[in-house]
Formats: sequence, C-alpha cells, structure tokens
Amino acid sequence: MMRIFKSWLILLALIACSVANIHAADSADADAQIEVRLKALSTELRCLVCQNTTLADSSAPLAEDLRKEIRVLMHEGKTDEEVKAYLVERYGDFVLYRPPMQANTALLWIGPFIMLLIGAITLIVVLKKRSSIESSAEPSELESGEDK
Amino acid sequence: MKLKLVIPLILFFVVVGFLFKGLYLDPHEVPSPLVGKPAPAFTAPLLNDASKSFSAADMKGKVWMLNMWASWCAACKDEHPLLVEMKQHGVPLYGLAYKDTDADAQDVLKQMGDPYLITATDTSGKIGIDYGVYGVPETYIIDKAGVIRYKQIGPITPTALRDKILPLLKELEK
Repeated sequence: MMRIFKSWLILLALIACSVANIHAADSADADAQIEVRLKALSTELRCLVCQNTTLADSSAPLAEDLRKEIRVLMHEGKTDEEVKAYLVERYGDFVLYRPPMQANTALLWIGPFIMLLIGAITLIVVLKKRSSIESSAEPSELESGEDK
Repeated sequence: MKLKLVIPLILFFVVVGFLFKGLYLDPHEVPSPLVGKPAPAFTAPLLNDASKSFSAADMKGKVWMLNMWASWCAACKDEHPLLVEMKQHGVPLYGLAYKDTDADAQDVLKQMGDPYLITATDTSGKIGIDYGVYGVPETYIIDKAGVIRYKQIGPITPTALRDKILPLLKELEK
C-alpha cells in the first residue's frame, strides 16, 4: 500500500514539475517575443538626448528608462501602435523616425516630388527649345550669342 | 531671356531664407505636445519628509510652476540662483528632484538656497516620462484649471523670465 502511495506521489511530483516547466518556458517565450518587438520598435524611435541615434542604440539613461517603460507597456499587452502613441503623447512626433503625413509635414513628404516635377518640366522645355533651334535654320553665331 | 536670369536668383534667395531661419532654430528644443493639455497627474513623496506626498491635483485653482531638476545636472546649478531670485519675487515654484538621491538633492538646497515652496522626488524618472522630460532642467507653467501653458526647456534665462514667464504668470493670475 505504502509503495503504491509513494509511486503515485512521485508521479504527481513529476507532473507538477513538467507543468511548472511548461509555464516557465511559456513566459520565457513571451519575454523573448517582447524583446524582439522592443528591438524592432526602438529602431524606429528617436532618442531625445542624442538626437541622431535610435532608442535601440542609445545608451543615454533616458533611453534606458524608455526601453524599460516600453517593455512594461508590452507586458501589459499594448500593441506597437499604442506604444508609439504613448511616446508621441509625451514627446511629440519628433520621436518617430518616420514622420506621419499631416498638415505640418506635407512639405516634407511632397517637397521632393514637387522638385522632381519642376526639374522634369525644365528639362522638357529646354530639350524642346534646343531641338526646335536645331531643326530650324542653321544657328548663326549671333543667335547663340543672344541666347547667352 | 531676363526671366532665365531671375529664376536662379529667386531659388538662391529661397534657399538662403530657409538657411537663415535655420540659424535661429535649436534642434534640441523639441516643442512639447503637452502645452495646452492638462498636466499629467502624479503623486510624489516630499524630499524632506517621504511619509508625506505632493500631488498635482492639490494645485487645482492655483497658478504654479513645476521645475524639474537634479543635483547631478550642471545646467540646473546655473539656473539655481535665478530661481532663488524668483522666489523672492513671489513666483510659485515647486520642485521635482528628477532621478536623484534624497541626500544629494537636500545638499544642493542647503548649499545654494531653496527656491521651492515644496520639493517632491521622482527617483525612478517615471513622472519625468509622463511630462516628456528629456533633459533637466525643464520647467512648466500650469494654470488654475491644471492645464500646461508653457514649457521652458533647459535653464530659465533672464530674457525668457522677463519676456515670457513673468507676463504669462501675471495674465494667468487674473
């Protein structure tokens, strides 16, 4: 009788152990996932102390605190977007390396395309003029001098 | 033909205009999104008596200034004499020792004078994060409704005090 009881006890202990192990592995897995997310997210965030480094690369105390805070938020189940919103609420759009498209950043986003358009138009106009000059009567010295 | 000559000149002046404006911008001054928003709530232990606490909610109905500082911060020491002077003129300054040890913070106040009506402590820096602090000293002016009306990033300068802070305090007190 005692023997059976003992073996049951051992079996129970084993089961308990493995269950505990599974739990530990689960939380370790969740932690690892959060670390991966933290790393990915913090490369898109600016460290406000040394402004040309990302939150991932910065060793400033504030960056450390913010990484800690992001970790806590992620443990609470906040999504990446919610974490970003949390930081923007406090530090402004400047923390984002990818500025959002809005009224005050419109020039930043559209500016290059406007420049490209101006360049393209200029190029077309110049080429057209040149070809029309070439196709018309032979350019005399006087004409090209006038152009300058 | 004249236009051709003028266009590069116009472009030149546009570029110069942008660069000229850039000369007077400080990239370290990040405009706070908190100006115009309610001051984040916090309750923090007092520096001189950790059993008591100071809370932003206690200040409802009053105009007050919250100055975040630290004993390890050199710019805070530059600013300190001006704060002491402000206290003599009745400016309602409240201090928050940011990521500091109580002993170090107390030493500074003992040696350089205490400009604050109340000093609380933010040892972990959590309150600092809620207020968007990224480099002490930073100072906030909070109105009677508990809304942040102004943020000074870096030490308060005599010019900022005269031109912005004192007029704003006067206006808010009305």
